[in-house]
Amino acid sequence: MWEKVKSFASEFFVTGDPLIYGADVSIALTLIALVSVLTYFKKWKWLWKEWLTTVDHKKIGIMYILSAFLMLFRGGVDALLMRLQLAVPELDFLLPDHYNQIFTTHGVIMILFMAMPFMFGLFNVMVPLQIGARDVAYPFLNALSFWLFFFGAMLFNLSFVIGGSPDAGWLAYPPYSELMYNPGPGQDFYIWGIQISGIGSLMTGINFIATILKMRAPGMKLMKMPMFSWSVLSSCIAIIFSFPILTATLALLFLDRYGGAHFFTLDGGGNPMMYINLIWMWGHPEVYIIVLPAFGIFSEIVATFSKKKLFGYKSMVYAMMIISLLSFLVWAHHFFTMGTGANVNAFFALTTMLIAIPTGAKVFNWLFTMFRGKITFETPMLWTIGFIPCFVTGGLTGVLLSVAPADFQFHNSYFLVAHFHHVIIGGVVFGYFAGLYYWWPKMFGFKLNERIGKWAFWFWNIGFYLCFMPQYVLGLMGMTRRVFSYGWDKGWGDLNLVSTIGAFLMGIAFLFQVWQIAHGVKHRKDNLDKTGDPWKHGRTLEWSIASPAPHYNFAVLPQVTEQDEWWEEKLRKKQGQFVPAAPKKLEPIHMPRNSGIPIIISAFFFVAGFGFVFHWTWFIIAGLAGVAACMVAHSFNYDTDYYIPVDEIERTEAESRVTN
Amino acid sequence: MAHKEMTHSPEETHGSFKAYTLGFVFSIVLTVIPIAIVMNGWLEGRANAIMLMVFAVLQLAIQLLFFMHLREEKKPRYNLISLVFGLVILLVIVAGSMWIMMYNMVAV
Ligand code: HEM
Ligand SMILES: [Cu+2]
Repeated sequence: MWEKVKSFASEFFVTGDPLIYGADVSIALTLIALVSVLTYFKKWKWLWKEWLTTVDHKKIGIMYILSAFLMLFRGGVDALLMRLQLAVPELDFLLPDHYNQIFTTHGVIMILFMAMPFMFGLFNVMVPLQIGARDVAYPFLNALSFWLFFFGAMLFNLSFVIGGSPDAGWLAYPPYSELMYNPGPGQDFYIWGIQISGIGSLMTGINFIATILKMRAPGMKLMKMPMFSWSVLSSCIAIIFSFPILTATLALLFLDRYGGAHFFTLDGGGNPMMYINLIWMWGHPEVYIIVLPAFGIFSEIVATFSKKKLFGYKSMVYAMMIISLLSFLVWAHHFFTMGTGANVNAFFALTTMLIAIPTGAKVFNWLFTMFRGKITFETPMLWTIGFIPCFVTGGLTGVLLSVAPADFQFHNSYFLVAHFHHVIIGGVVFGYFAGLYYWWPKMFGFKLNERIGKWAFWFWNIGFYLCFMPQYVLGLMGMTRRVFSYGWDKGWGDLNLVSTIGAFLMGIAFLFQVWQIAHGVKHRKDNLDKTGDPWKHGRTLEWSIASPAPHYNFAVLPQVTEQDEWWEEKLRKKQGQFVPAAPKKLEPIHMPRNSGIPIIISAFFFVAGFGFVFHWTWFIIAGLAGVAACMVAHSFNYDTDYYIPVDEIERTEAESRVTN
Repeated sequence: MAHKEMTHSPEETHGSFKAYTLGFVFSIVLTVIPIAIVMNGWLEGRANAIMLMVFAVLQLAIQLLFFMHLREEKKPRYNLISLVFGLVILLVIVAGSMWIMMYNMVAV
């Protein structure tokens, strides 16, 4: 019996690597600490009532962002481990298998479990406030999306200590991701982690399209909508058309692995290139999905901190829409070298270069907005200014990569690694940081310390250039992507060492940010945002209400006449032309009720996914039965909403009186 | 949902019992016939493929008309625009993949 348990355990848990034992211990300790703190302070009920079952978009947004930060930490540790291994030639700190697992999990986590939830967090926190709505279109679905993402991400992360991590790269190209070469559970964790969270992403896309199209405040025509909301709309359109492709592709891969089908195998009539073709039809739009909202954030910030109207509003809107359409027509630039022939390559090279045009237009719009503006350099603006050179250089190397013949030289080299980190960190991560700093006072009601924020900014930026600039050169010197070690004779040592130092500077920058948040929480009483408009030059509706926003957002729905409504209203007040509309009578506000179903149903999805990973039929059945039961339970629940009475609204408003 | 804006006015119906039943029957029929064709080997090669695709397209139309209420939307024609956009993407996926894969010298 004991022997049996032991052999099961050694197969089930990943063993034999001190790094992983370390992780086991730290995971166990964190869990124990968490449970004891919650129990000691009797916070379980509070946690359940206030957070785990909430359908309030602002709280869901905060949970998304918190998860994204945790994942940024995990993905970042992966990155540092890799850079450590590559710092000096011929190290064997990480063995090849382990290196493969680390770059795979790093890539997946950063894109799907860091960038995506960070983005969804910002959507959730700000879109309803910006468009003057009280909630998203489908609050219950919104909570469900979050929990599906969360449990999908947890399933994926579990692979690290149970069963073994996937190691076929962040896009899991076959044939290596097929059963024949990759029999362990790692690849199945990949499939199910992404599938489960993918359902959530698709639903969020639908939810925000409906929210933006249907729930804008009266008078807010589409062409008067704030830029960030526009960027969310364009990003969500790309989501709802591209995520089904991902789902279908991974489902086919799953059928290959689980059901013995031959869609992408080398034998039985399959063709791995079809997988690569399909996965990039999702993968390319995906990078635009995550960067478009960052463009929206920069547009808001540039206008606010230059105290000017955004230059070329309409052209920005068109540029975004064109980008989200064009992003569906360029996917083959990811496999120029796979022998698709000159015509195909020429077509996709051209469509790729076309995207540079609307993108360039946007950059000029931002520059013109700053031109002659009275710029102040608070942290959100710093990130925006840091982003521009970063994105321009990253974009230029991207144009180089889109030249098909040249790509035969760059393909799968460190040149590529440098390029995509350049645009992803410089565009996406910097953009979301900018958004987080910008909206932080609105989310939590207090301001963060600017000094620590500036330290973080400079460490990120200097580290960033030190880390990735040498990699362009390394790529041209012949260093290929995904190598785990190299010899002294190559002459790559110095540049790699510089690159690693840069990576660690970014690690320190992250610590500054954690410190900044901890410091902010500790000293929040001294930095309360009492005005609701902490940057003093806010332009859009979210700045017209108290910070943090009351849970019904707007006591009275705003009436919109202008593009930057709040800014215009302040102007009118200043010029003495402000005619306050007859104060509207407060009415009871219709709100959705909290529900435990989203978290429970997602937990059952997790169980089913776990069963699929280990081929445990009874687990699968139990999980799916639980899912079905939750659906039935929810469809018989008629108690889904309530009204906030007027006196309660009055009390809340009086407590959070906007004083300006 | 929980919002005034999202509730439906009485004219915007959700389809009648009859429409739902009809849609249901149609979609069953359109599922059974292709299965029968394949299981019994009634058709082969190109004819088979074409018939299956025809049934798939009909099925799509039935779903859109009877269950997704494509016809019933009034003014802002978001539904129609997104349907057209969806069809464009579908075309890009199918035609693009065929183009790419046919030129692929690795496969042959
Ligand atoms: C913060 C500093 C970061 C460092 C130092 C870093 C470092 C690395 C390294 C060393 C690799 C492996 C390259 C190879 O061996 O082929 C890699 C791959 C990758 N990184 Fe990062 N990374 C960072 C941030 C990010 C972020 C923020 C994202 C996305 C949001 C990201 C996305 C990826 C992807 C998609 C891959 C490819 C994985 C694969 O080859 O399958 N990285 N990164
Ligand atoms: Cu691409």
